[in-house]
Amino acid sequence: MSDRNDIVLETKGLVKHFPITQGILFQSKVGAVRAVDGVDIQLRRGETLGIVGESGCGKSTLAKLLVALEKPTSGAINVRGENMVTLKGGALRRARRNIQMVLQDPYTSLNPRMTVGDIIGEPFQIHPEVTPRKGRARAVQDLLDTVGLNPDHINRYPHQFSGGQRQRIGIARALALKPEIIVCDEPVSALDVSIQAQVINLLEGLQNDLGLSYIFIAHDLSVVRHISDRVAVMYLGKIVEIGNDEQIYENPTHPYTQALLSAVPVPDPRLRGHRDQIVLEGDVPSPANPPSGCRFRTRCWKAQSICAEQEPLLQIRERSPHPSACHFAEPRDVVHAI
Amino acid sequence: MTNITAQIDALPGLDPHAPLLEVTNLHVEFRTQYGISRAVNGANFKLAPGETLAILGESGCGKSVTAQAIMGILDSPPGFVTQGEVKYRGVDLQKLPENERRKVRANQIAMIFQDALSALNPVFTVGYQLGELFRVHRGMSRGDAKRRSVELLDQVKIPAARARIGDFPHQFSGGMRQRVMIAMALALDPEVLIADEPTTALDVTVQAQIMGLLAELQQQRNMGLILITHDMGVVADVADRISVMYAGKVVEEAPVYDIYARPAHPYTKALLESIPRLDKKGQELNVIRGLPPALTAIPKGCAFNPRCAYAQDACRQDPAPPPHIVAPGRTARCHFWTEVIGE
Repeated sequence: MSDRNDIVLETKGLVKHFPITQGILFQSKVGAVRAVDGVDIQLRRGETLGIVGESGCGKSTLAKLLVALEKPTSGAINVRGENMVTLKGGALRRARRNIQMVLQDPYTSLNPRMTVGDIIGEPFQIHPEVTPRKGRARAVQDLLDTVGLNPDHINRYPHQFSGGQRQRIGIARALALKPEIIVCDEPVSALDVSIQAQVINLLEGLQNDLGLSYIFIAHDLSVVRHISDRVAVMYLGKIVEIGNDEQIYENPTHPYTQALLSAVPVPDPRLRGHRDQIVLEGDVPSPANPPSGCRFRTRCWKAQSICAEQEPLLQIRERSPHPSACHFAEPRDVVHAI
Repeated sequence: MTNITAQIDALPGLDPHAPLLEVTNLHVEFRTQYGISRAVNGANFKLAPGETLAILGESGCGKSVTAQAIMGILDSPPGFVTQGEVKYRGVDLQKLPENERRKVRANQIAMIFQDALSALNPVFTVGYQLGELFRVHRGMSRGDAKRRSVELLDQVKIPAARARIGDFPHQFSGGMRQRVMIAMALALDPEVLIADEPTTALDVTVQAQIMGLLAELQQQRNMGLILITHDMGVVADVADRISVMYAGKVVEEAPVYDIYARPAHPYTKALLESIPRLDKKGQELNVIRGLPPALTAIPKGCAFNPRCAYAQDACRQDPAPPPHIVAPGRTARCHFWTEVIGE
């Protein structure tokens, strides 16, 4: 666990601020949406790191930063010892091969005018050195086979497939360049329950066979628990708590994690009324103007004056054996079974 | 308020002792250029005052169309109710002329939609849209309507209701918009509320707020609630009874505790097994192989037979399994329900 060579991806102080501008011709910056505000994560070989949080907490921006679709305001993303942020041109393109992405919506993330063969084969055109031209059709068929689709369907169009099958096409495309890391941004949230299980099983199978590392972003906490080795909880651009699934789900120490877990409905009517329900008041504050100190203090029942003055760091605390960004971190068993 | 009772009394055949809402053998089809799509093929259920009935199913199983048929807001054409009855207190709503039906809508049966942003009109203020109900259905003046609207927004716990009444829907957050929708549905004190995926577009913490609010309002008013959802967690939390729909049919209907403990239909059972649970971490999830059928070509016999682990020859032949009575108040459309429940 402590072996440095095992770490395939590491971010240091990753920040992304989107400027808010005013004026048409002479635009002046009047503020910034702090979508991601200082995120440090490490991903080990063969590991799945789940990232959970409500909409607007910066999960998807983080995903885009990791695959270099957005340029961070500051901070570093180290993949195989190279800082992706400083790379340019050919070097960046080669580095990107190693970290691919599966998108949320299988209906809009596939070009309706391209055949499945073209969609999955496109990465080979961008990175021609991976597979020689002759072998590409074969490679695409192998990929279709890997994700459980019929290799003969190479000339079909996306609309001829169901939602679950389309998500498999998206996964095949991500696998084409044989990456070590796949960033999955809500890969199953657009799918029905019965189809969701098929895609989760596929992702887990691929991980075992190919030794992939996943960043798995989702808002469904039970799905994240099922697939993840470690889970990070995000709130307003920061990670507030990180730990393995037992630490996060059974002994959460950050009040936000506790509230989030208690809000998840458990598919077992016998637990009705036996659960500790923490209903948070109000909505998530605007990331353009986050509260001072601890960002969760405006909705927190534990908040005291220190929370407004001093920002709690994500660290191991007296009553929290895993890193938690709360001055008053202490375990509380909120969900007895998910 | 006297004119409401007058309206209700005016409904021909109204019987205050009849079940609040009763749907019998409802069939809905969509006549499209690609053929006839049979969205609902015999839905049956009953709803009592104060009761929460959950209609559970995957996309395309006909749950929303059933709700639209009950409300009488089906797009027609292409949608047609071809058979069956929707009875409110003994009155068959299908047979009412449109102007009578319109009075039932919102007065007796109201509905909340999934996506509040597209269900609300973006060019009118929230106050105007809420007040419209009182002006049209109750003949109130603008001032009175506005006063009632503020009260309603207060009831659904929108902070600073008086100030927000002049805001447009886009100025509200997702959770607040859903509260506006709830306020609108409850404006005329309906006895039945149909909530079509009310929290699907919301985050879990907001979902908990909205479900709590719905439960509270339901209890205050002793309303019957039909909750349409695909989320088995939400259902376990709030429902009294569950109707599981598959390919336009209610395949299993049961009290909530029974169905989670011992499902009697293979589809319900497979659905429950396919959700990630604590004790299955690191293992493969059970999957339902294949896909739900296209509604233009529903398989013969039991619609679930191509995906079912219990399927025998009898399942592949018409007629489809009838609703077998598993226990009082509990039915399952499966020839082999004893085997399914026995394990």
